[in-house]
Amino acid sequence: MTQETTAIDIDWTACQAHGLCAELLPEHIALDEWGYPLVDGTPIPTRTVKRARRAAADCPVLALKLTTR
Amino acid sequence: MTTTYADVLMPPRLLAPGGAPADFSTHEQRYGPVSYGDPAQLLETVAQSGLTGRGGAAFATYRKLVSVADAGRRTGRAPVVVANGAEGEPASRKDKTLLHLSPHLVLDGLQLAAEAVGAGEAYLAVEAGGSYLEAALAERRRDPLSVKVVRVPRRFLSGQSSALTSYVSGGPALPQYQRPPVRERGVHRAPTLVQNVETLAHLALIARYGADWFRAAGTPSEPGSALCTVHVPGREVRVVEAPFGMRLGRLLPLGPTGAVLIGGYHGTWIPAAEAAQLPLTTAYLGAGVLASLPADHCGLAETARVLRYLALQSAGQCGPCLNGLPRIATAFQTLATPGPQGTTRTDIARWSGLVEGRGACHHPDGTTRLVRSALTTFTTELDAHAAGFCTATVRTPLLPVPDDRS
Repeated sequence: MTQETTAIDIDWTACQAHGLCAELLPEHIALDEWGYPLVDGTPIPTRTVKRARRAAADCPVLALKLTTR
Repeated sequence: MTTTYADVLMPPRLLAPGGAPADFSTHEQRYGPVSYGDPAQLLETVAQSGLTGRGGAAFATYRKLVSVADAGRRTGRAPVVVANGAEGEPASRKDKTLLHLSPHLVLDGLQLAAEAVGAGEAYLAVEAGGSYLEAALAERRRDPLSVKVVRVPRRFLSGQSSALTSYVSGGPALPQYQRPPVRERGVHRAPTLVQNVETLAHLALIARYGADWFRAAGTPSEPGSALCTVHVPGREVRVVEAPFGMRLGRLLPLGPTGAVLIGGYHGTWIPAAEAAQLPLTTAYLGAGVLASLPADHCGLAETARVLRYLALQSAGQCGPCLNGLPRIATAFQTLATPGPQGTTRTDIARWSGLVEGRGACHHPDGTTRLVRSALTTFTTELDAHAAGFCTATVRTPLLPVPDDRS
């Protein structure tokens, strides 16, 4: 069995730069000069997955997606 | 009007000799009938041919066909096939020319692709010339699947595959978030094959004459030929058919100075002397545009005009593209004007990094490719502008840019 890895994906057509994701997941997401998320692209460690799910659920426009592969 | 000199570089494959449109009976006399009924054999032949997509991405056609067919089986939904003749690239005319001269090759290819993936619906998407193609469709009485012509808005991004499937489904002609991808969920949420019309025309010939025939042109790693739209100042725009591997210097006159834009407005500027020795390859062929820029024209001014157009053509849906492209375009206009540049070059580099890979489609990525190649190819001109003068003597704009209202 290979370990499933969780990563962050942004639906750019939905994102409106609310910036909540950067507050909830500061170690993975920063904001650019216009307020849009800059995702570091590294896999989310198991201990952070729960918080990442919350960040995805809390995005006001549900633009933050978690992908597993 | 576009002229074609298909016979100059190779025996014509896709473009009818003599430049006269082929009706269905002329088409059948010329190429013979196409036979349906063995999709497995067809897929095998396409795999051996090494055909790749001619819409810009050069993805292996066989792999695309198989993934759509698989998605159809997995989801239990009959796939949809869309022939993409939208050609929103202002400098490209090859798809329009092909659809005008050889509509039935494209329509044969559309039927074959539909058979290969087990499609239940087929569409042909174009910007213009819809009635002409409907008349061509009416000539064909033995087609297994009926084809609907869809007229898409004249915009740069209308031909982007997710924009196209959205529009065919009754939505806006704008790029969509692509998870799952179009090949799994496209038109009416069914697995969808979006294939450029030139690719389909090649497919129609491969089905008739086989993989070896197709591979007789081109190189072992990049077999076959491609249609190119060639822009040379002072001459009519030409659509030519050329084999992969042919030196670009044979396709258009490239002197010791000046530059050439390869691939279109998402493409790459290359110094003419260097480009003359390069082979025609999918690595930068893009939409098939080759435009030469003599040294007496300003490459920075040309790029600035194109960037302004590209920024206006942003769908405005994705924040980085919406914010970044107009800033890049405005800053580039500063570089195109002789005078102090301040921090403009570093601003452009930073914004380019911020828009790249951060959108639903590749519009920002293609735009920054053009920006970066311009900054590399026109360094001498950049320094001249910084010093307050321009070496260009001719100010007439060369690259076609539609007016702002479109």
